[in-house]
Amino acid sequence: MKYDSIIPAGEPWIYEILRGQYLRIVDVEGNQAADTLFYNANDYEDRYSAQDTIRSQANIYLTTGTRLMSSKGNVLLTIVADTCGRHDTLGGACSMESNMVRYAIEKRYMHACRQSFVKAALAWSRGLGGALEKRDITHNINFFMNVPVTPEGGLRFEDGLSGPGKYVEMRAEIDVLAVISNCPQLNNPCNAYNPTPIRVLIWDPTD
Amino acid sequence: MTVLFEDIIQPGATWSHVLKRGTAIRMTDIEGGVNAGGIFYNWESPTERYNMPDTLKAQHIAHLTRGHVLYSDMGRILCSITEDTAGWHDPLGGCSNAATAEAKYGEARYQEHRNECIKNPYDGFVVELAKYGLSARDMAAPVNFFSKVVVDKDGNMQFVTNHSRAGTMIELRAEMNVLVILNTCQHPMDPKPRYGPKPVSIVVRKVPLPASDDLCRLSRPENTRGFILTERYFA
Repeated sequence: MKYDSIIPAGEPWIYEILRGQYLRIVDVEGNQAADTLFYNANDYEDRYSAQDTIRSQANIYLTTGTRLMSSKGNVLLTIVADTCGRHDTLGGACSMESNMVRYAIEKRYMHACRQSFVKAALAWSRGLGGALEKRDITHNINFFMNVPVTPEGGLRFEDGLSGPGKYVEMRAEIDVLAVISNCPQLNNPCNAYNPTPIRVLIWDPTD
Repeated sequence: MTVLFEDIIQPGATWSHVLKRGTAIRMTDIEGGVNAGGIFYNWESPTERYNMPDTLKAQHIAHLTRGHVLYSDMGRILCSITEDTAGWHDPLGGCSNAATAEAKYGEARYQEHRNECIKNPYDGFVVELAKYGLSARDMAAPVNFFSKVVVDKDGNMQFVTNHSRAGTMIELRAEMNVLVILNTCQHPMDPKPRYGPKPVSIVVRKVPLPASDDLCRLSRPENTRGFILTERYFA
């Protein structure tokens, strides 16, 4: 095993995954949203695109077989195993600002995913001339989250389908930079109102 | 209300304008079956831009129509939909790029086809962004006005043909000073095998700021808070 780490709730994580390597994200205690972004490691302006990913498979849910598409039409990673069954990419990441709109203006001071995304991007960019900053934070994947859409055009945040030990596994098709915010949201059921750790494993196909 | 200017955005073209707070843009489908992709930025600070998930989850929607608003990533409202005769505009489908457009329509270069050459919306948006000092890093998830994509209970996405008819219109009221970039290429899920984008007419006019009983402001409590946060920005 090349890499094995626990990400506590509310923490950012950023790491490069090379072509051919596998990434597994484990929902250790269950019902924990892992907000995730990917970038082409050789061209950061070529990045994960939620719209291109769902359109290319004509389905809004991500699961085994889903190719995670970039804004320039490249396959970043392919989901090769999934014991949860459904992951969201329409719900986006929580932010202090969107919490004010969704719940109450007083919710501004609660920790949120986009704080973690920006923190990770700025830390990674240090010495890279601002290669990643707030403008690069786009629409993410919410692994283990359940956001169904109705035929009438409605959208709901529902209790997750995930449970303790469920995991999703991807193979990198090109070198990618992965950014995760282990979601701290306390205002909706995306983390069962109790944010918990996730585990991240990376290995080479020869391991 | 005073009309400031009018234009017809040609088929497959990209158009941009800084739509000022207190003005509105009305788009009208001239022939029927048009698609107009749109991306939106706070002109004063363009790292603030239209955010598809924030727009959907704040309003619990997967489509856009009258009474809905377009949220930025900063909890503010860029534009409100004050009029709409289509009933559904698509926020999910995105846009094609050079690779997907060529796979679908083939190649038709300027050399042989002059201004009838095949264009793709991703490149159209990025070139227009560059005119304002922005780049592919700033590319947002576009809204596809006049198009409809429905999602069934298993998550399957289906493009609805013949959705917009000649004369169908939508009006967006700017709640901030908004860089609007529009592109009239076909929707990427449009099953028509031939390249055949259509024109859209636009009218920009002065409109009053939203009143206390404004439809979009009162459409749901989230939007009432969104208007408060937007008005604080101008306080």
